[in-house]
Amino acid sequence: YAKLSTHGCISYVVFRFQMKVKVLSRNPDDYVRETKLDIQRVPRNYDPSLHPFEVSREYTRALNATKLERVFAKPFLASLDGHRDGVNCLAKHTQSLSTLLSGSCDGELKVWDLTKRECVRTLQAHEGFIRGVVVRYCGTSFFTVGDDKTIKQWTMETPGYGEEEEPLNTILGKTVFTGLDHHQNKSVFATCGQQVDIWDEQRSSPIRSFSWGVDSFSSIRFNPVETDLLGSCASDRSIILYDMRESTPLKKVVMTMRSNTLCWNPMEAFHFTCANEDYNLYTYDMRFLEKPIKVHMDHVSAVLDVDYSPTGQEFVSASFDKTIRIFPKNDGHSREVYHTKRMQHVICVKWSSDSKYILSGSDEMNIRLWKANAAEKLGVLSHREREAANYSQKLKEKFQHHPQIRRIARHRHLPKIFSFYRFGFSSTKPGSVPVLSEKEKHVVSVVK
Amino acid sequence: MKSKATFTDSHVEKKIKVKRPSVRYWNEPQKEDKSRDGENTGEAAVQQDRRAKKRKQKDETSAEKKLFSEKSDPFPGSAPIPKDRLQKFKRKDKITKPPRHYRKLKQVITRSEEASDLALKQAARFDLLLPEDAGFLEGDEDEDTCTISQEDIAEAVDITSGAKYFNLKLTQFGPYRVDYSKTGRQLLLGGRRGHLACFDWQTKQLMCEINVMESISDVKWLHTDSMFAVAQKQWLYVYDSNGIELHCIRKFNDVLRMQFLPYHFLLATASATSFLQYLDVSTGKEVAAICTKTGRLDVMCQNPHNAIIHLGHSNGTVTLWSPNQKEALVKMLCHQGGVRSVAVDKMGNYMVTSGMDKKLKVFDIRALKPLTSYFLPAGASCLSLSQRGLLSAATGDVVQVYRDVWSTPVTKPYMAHRVRGSVWGLQFCPFEDVLGVGHGEGFTSMLVPGAGEPNFDGLDANPYRSAKQRQEWEVKALLEKIQPELISLDPTDLGRVDRATFEQRHQEKVQSLGFDPHAKEKFVPKFKKKGRSSAGAVERRKKQVAHVDQRDVIRKSVEDKVKMEEQQKRKEAKKAALSRRKSALDRFKK
Repeated sequence: YAKLSTHGCISYVVFRFQMKVKVLSRNPDDYVRETKLDIQRVPRNYDPSLHPFEVSREYTRALNATKLERVFAKPFLASLDGHRDGVNCLAKHTQSLSTLLSGSCDGELKVWDLTKRECVRTLQAHEGFIRGVVVRYCGTSFFTVGDDKTIKQWTMETPGYGEEEEPLNTILGKTVFTGLDHHQNKSVFATCGQQVDIWDEQRSSPIRSFSWGVDSFSSIRFNPVETDLLGSCASDRSIILYDMRESTPLKKVVMTMRSNTLCWNPMEAFHFTCANEDYNLYTYDMRFLEKPIKVHMDHVSAVLDVDYSPTGQEFVSASFDKTIRIFPKNDGHSREVYHTKRMQHVICVKWSSDSKYILSGSDEMNIRLWKANAAEKLGVLSHREREAANYSQKLKEKFQHHPQIRRIARHRHLPKIFSFYRFGFSSTKPGSVPVLSEKEKHVVSVVK
Repeated sequence: MKSKATFTDSHVEKKIKVKRPSVRYWNEPQKEDKSRDGENTGEAAVQQDRRAKKRKQKDETSAEKKLFSEKSDPFPGSAPIPKDRLQKFKRKDKITKPPRHYRKLKQVITRSEEASDLALKQAARFDLLLPEDAGFLEGDEDEDTCTISQEDIAEAVDITSGAKYFNLKLTQFGPYRVDYSKTGRQLLLGGRRGHLACFDWQTKQLMCEINVMESISDVKWLHTDSMFAVAQKQWLYVYDSNGIELHCIRKFNDVLRMQFLPYHFLLATASATSFLQYLDVSTGKEVAAICTKTGRLDVMCQNPHNAIIHLGHSNGTVTLWSPNQKEALVKMLCHQGGVRSVAVDKMGNYMVTSGMDKKLKVFDIRALKPLTSYFLPAGASCLSLSQRGLLSAATGDVVQVYRDVWSTPVTKPYMAHRVRGSVWGLQFCPFEDVLGVGHGEGFTSMLVPGAGEPNFDGLDANPYRSAKQRQEWEVKALLEKIQPELISLDPTDLGRVDRATFEQRHQEKVQSLGFDPHAKEKFVPKFKKKGRSSAGAVERRKKQVAHVDQRDVIRKSVEDKVKMEEQQKRKEAKKAALSRRKSALDRFKK
């Protein structure tokens, strides 16, 4: 009447006086791998009582992840040198990720292959500065404007051996052009100089010209979503918005200081960010120009260029203070700052179309390639690597407000000059000046 | 469908109008050939009808969706999860959602709650797939389980389990202290007269056996099964599993009891000189030395839930200690007469103490309140709690095991066993139904069905791990070593919002700025056209908003008041119920 079970096969045994007993008895074969070629067996039990100190262990993991992130934060990838003067403008190729165009202050234009990190084509596009370069939406040709009052259209293909670099098309303008942008899907482009001109590619005179009591413009951008809208920065401290279909400008906002460039958010049609001379960037909703949505502060000198990531969540700004900074679109302060000892005033910056890289062109003739996420591992990740990265990212987010973790995550090695600027001296007595929020401070007027 | 078709077929009857949804431009234009016979149009109409219905109740139909074989699913949707299982994995209650104007915060909270809900459900579902069930012992009707002898149990169960009941006759160097490693594979024995042995108790493979030629008061495994600490007559020693002396730590003298905190890598020692000391075994540094000023410390245990050390004293108090504070966190008077032994359960909810007054008491350690008290005729000298909440108490040479000491009043022990000598060390083996008893005549391994956790977690403590897995585990565990500063009474404190500091910082900010940056923005009425922004209209709008704000304030205060009143009522009802109960003395009342 006693039944003996082999390894855990029978759950319990009835003994003499109807006694029922079951003792834990595990079959090792269920827990140990069969051969050395198998992977190890890891039985899981998610019972919280088997995992004490959940919060403190997660906190420790988050702390380690944050420290490791700072250890692996090596954003600088490559420097593309070859220009013989400062890099004045950059353009992404609309179809190919690995192609970059750059124009310099001596009128030379270079086409770069980013995977090989080398220059594949050089041409003397203009006499004097190249003020703007833009690739046509189809990717087969590109336009340049320069100080020599010309607009030139070039083919993307490199001319064969012995052939000369010849523009497809040259338009002689009446005044100097300072900026250029191409429409998203029409054969129309816009230039700015003493006025904003809309050009048809087929014609040699502008199809439309806008001016609103301003003598010069510094930049013009088409809206990538509402493709007929344009925004431009003028020298009278104003930002003017246009609709290409109308004959007069839409409206303008005048700020306390001049904006250098603006960039539209590629995901939110109404939003744009402008880089201002007063060291700040301002994100506006074009419907409500009375007050910017956000003021982005951190630069300690004039901001010269700004470009959105294709996700529309972040943008990068280039500044005269020899740094580039990355801002989340709705955060007042930058999440990242990149600088090197050799990088001088950064004139132009672009966020690559795959959202992973940042390109900056600076005064000392170099184009630099940076990672958008400084600690990101490049290349193909294995499944486990990706899982681990996602997990640590989530942990960092979860514990980001803990003082220890925030201190480490925010720490950057910066030249001393930055801290001086940031904590500058205040010259007014507290209370003597009425309190105005930062958003209200910088807008002078809105004109419709 | 067929019947409908026949209806529309007939010429005599009035044409039944099938109600159609209005035509939208996104629908395909219906091609209705009127010259064709009725069946066709009827079918088209029915089809369209069905399409409209489908659009209307997209998710409703999914429940009664017909299968390809025209059979409907009798159990639509995902399988339900039992509530108690969900409760087991529940971390905290849902947060009250912030008001509407905190849109972003609301989104964040909703999203995170969705994620944690999903995790909860998945964990609860996974619970069903766990391979092992807990052990149990049931006697005949009117037969007590405590009368069943160990031999009977060993005979009844399978051979491998039966082999887990054994006696080691070690008469020379006893009595013995016992310690199982964290995975439950290795056993460490320390005899009072210097005998030290560690072995894999399941295979009975001896790893080392030495005599330290000095009295041993306690032994403890460190984080792995290759190192253990021994409290000898004068100093604290660390040996490896081959019996080689690794360290002699002269900062720790006259140690009587030790506890190892596995997630903090701390070895806590209590000495005869009333010092409680913490040694960080990963760095080899002394973390804290606390003079408790309470005399000889020979009763000690740890709370596995929050790593607080409990010390029992000869004046009947139990004190709670963390390495961050020189004073005791809590002092509880538990017994009249000295405390003999203390044990805390795995979840950190209950503390069991036994004292010289021959009482066994259970405390709710979170509320610091006594729950039940039992009288044991002989008094318990050693206590130990198993992973599934069984309590073993040693009274002289008898080991008794109790079940559910905190939930129900216990009258009889669950199991009992008499060993040769008086018991000196007692510990349940983790993940096994085994109780190790060290006594004067050696060591006894007892079978206690239902003691151990049946399903272990392979990443935490895996009894079947290979050498490689052990190495990886060690690296991972060292990386996530919890700093001793984080030891506190509530281990989830770290995950909460620190409101006090926030408020203080906010006040400082307000002072320095001269205004409140988080203050609600003053309502500025929008400019409206067509004469609707006259001074009077603007004033009216302002007033409206002010009224709404005021109403909110009033509503909140009324709600609070109602809540308070309800609480008061409940309290009174409770009081009344208590007072209504008749006592024996009521009969003398007029």
